[in-house]
Amino acid sequence: MSAARLPVETPLAWRALRAWCYRQAKTWRTLVTMSLFYPTLYLAAIGVGLGSLVDHHLAGVASRASLGGVSDLAFVAPGLLAASAMQIGTQSATWPVFGAMRWDRTYASQLATPLRVVDVLVGHVGYIVVRLLATSVVFLAVIAAFGVVASPQAVLAVPAAVLTGAACATPLFALSATVETEVAFSPLQRLVVVPLFLFSGDFFPISRLPGWLQALAEATPLYHGVALCRGATLGRLDHWSMLGHLAYLVALGSVGLAAARRRFERRLAR
Amino acid sequence: MLAEKLEKRFGDFVAVDGISFRIERGEVFGFLGPNGAGKTSTMRMVACMSPASGGTLLVRGMDPHRHGPAIRAGIGVVPQEDALDGELSVLDNLLVYGRYFDIPRRVARQRALELLDGAQLSGRSSARVESLSGGMRRRLTIARALISRPELLILDEPTTGLDPQARHLVWERLFQLRREGVTLVVTTHYMDEAEQLCDRLVVMERGRIVGEGSPRQLIRQHVTREVLEVRLDDGGYAGVIAALTSAGLADRCEVLADRLLCYGADGDEMLAELDRRRTELGRIELVSALVRRGSLEDVFLALTGRSLNE
Ligand SMILES: Nc1ncnc2c1ncn2[C@@H]1O[C@H](COP(=O)(O)OP(=O)(O)OP(=O)(O)O)[C@@H](O)[C@H]1O
Ligand SMILES: [Mg+2]
Repeated sequence: MSAARLPVETPLAWRALRAWCYRQAKTWRTLVTMSLFYPTLYLAAIGVGLGSLVDHHLAGVASRASLGGVSDLAFVAPGLLAASAMQIGTQSATWPVFGAMRWDRTYASQLATPLRVVDVLVGHVGYIVVRLLATSVVFLAVIAAFGVVASPQAVLAVPAAVLTGAACATPLFALSATVETEVAFSPLQRLVVVPLFLFSGDFFPISRLPGWLQALAEATPLYHGVALCRGATLGRLDHWSMLGHLAYLVALGSVGLAAARRRFERRLAR
Repeated sequence: MLAEKLEKRFGDFVAVDGISFRIERGEVFGFLGPNGAGKTSTMRMVACMSPASGGTLLVRGMDPHRHGPAIRAGIGVVPQEDALDGELSVLDNLLVYGRYFDIPRRVARQRALELLDGAQLSGRSSARVESLSGGMRRRLTIARALISRPELLILDEPTTGLDPQARHLVWERLFQLRREGVTLVVTTHYMDEAEQLCDRLVVMERGRIVGEGSPRQLIRQHVTREVLEVRLDDGGYAGVIAALTSAGLADRCEVLADRLLCYGADGDEMLAELDRRRTELGRIELVSALVRRGSLEDVFLALTGRSLNE
């Protein structure tokens, strides 16, 4: 049927992504400031404060050895990059998704236009990827400014961080499209995201954790994200284990996306 | 647009129970019915936003299941509840929506300004939507649905909750669109609105169509030429009903909360009869009596009854 030809060519999901960006563009100054401010603050605190404290008062040499022979800052910085991607991923996949579903009903509005459910989903996920990309680039630049980037491989920390954030986000898209109220989101942040932030190897190697906690940490996305980001900034990506980390994150992200698609279809196309 | 035995089920619940209708290009087609009749469910299917559970549907000559995006590219939708972006300005709401239809930025801007003008919202174009009154939001939602210059506009209760002035403004707009040849599909609870605006309409109840035709046809079919409305002080309607039916003047009477409706060919004659029988009926206090022509409201009452459906 020739009438079925779309009158225009821009991919439908791209239109949704573009709309989210346009919406955010109004506050881009705040966004840029924030994405510069936090990394700088964290790295300064760790580099200047904690770093010197550890080096001087505890046996600096021993500490260094367990970090794989690098400074505290060089060890922690890529961990923070991955952790910040996780935080952005989880935050932007909870309240905003629930809101677009329930409060503003942005999704419903989009579905009255040529967009399909899958476009609505992919457009929103895509927008979060764009955000992750922008903040990760800034974060990496700050890390480089602190002088703890060891090799050109470091640029790969950006896709690694984006993947980490996205892999955390897609399962939460599915959750946010399912829950009836948003009460679960705060506990989720406090009881899941914050512990992950503390115990996934971003501040110290998980080898320092008791055995069962180590196994638990290894099962979390942040652990794998941290490993990839750190491998990149320290120039140690050429290791087989990296493939495992990559596979974990890709798998989590894909399973999450498939689940989100089912939940979106069920809720929006009824 | 063509629907045959169209159905919508939510689990076991049947919201739309096999309805059939045909809407011609350029026509204004209304869906009337009490709360829960299935109007919104029907609108959402017709707008290709929700899949039918059964039956066939063709919109703009295409199958929504296969050509949803292409069909929706030519449709404007005004949902029952406004779904505007509270964080964006009035103008941006239109621009963002226009971009979903891939309307070039400059064209979208041009159209948006025109539409805001038409909706008397020009002065508020940079205000945030959160600060708008309900009437302004409704007008903005309608303007938004028009940004893609649709050939088919679907409006679910466009005037509910508006004050008389705002209602009138929306109404004017719909008449203008009708003149421009846009096909309109409307649901409303305002019978006067439907009577004047719609070329044809259907009355729905519990998911089924219980009456269809032009307003004039429906009135002719389902109500008498004239109606006598009587208000009594003490609510002694039984005597009045008996008197008018025994005299063969009223075909049917409906007792409402605050008045009695008597349907007959000649309202004045019914009123005269009441006057003649005043003594026989005892001391009835006629608070007011009014003779009028049968209207769509009477059709609605006759077809859907007066009990709440939900
Ligand atoms: N998503 C849903 N899940 C379950 N039931 C639903 C859903 N949407 C509508 N219904 C039910 O279907 C019936 C028809 O609803 P619909 O909204 O189509 O009625 P309506 O004619 O638009 O009513 P109103 O005049 O109040 O807007 C109602 O009984 C409603 O409870
Ligand atoms: Mg409705």
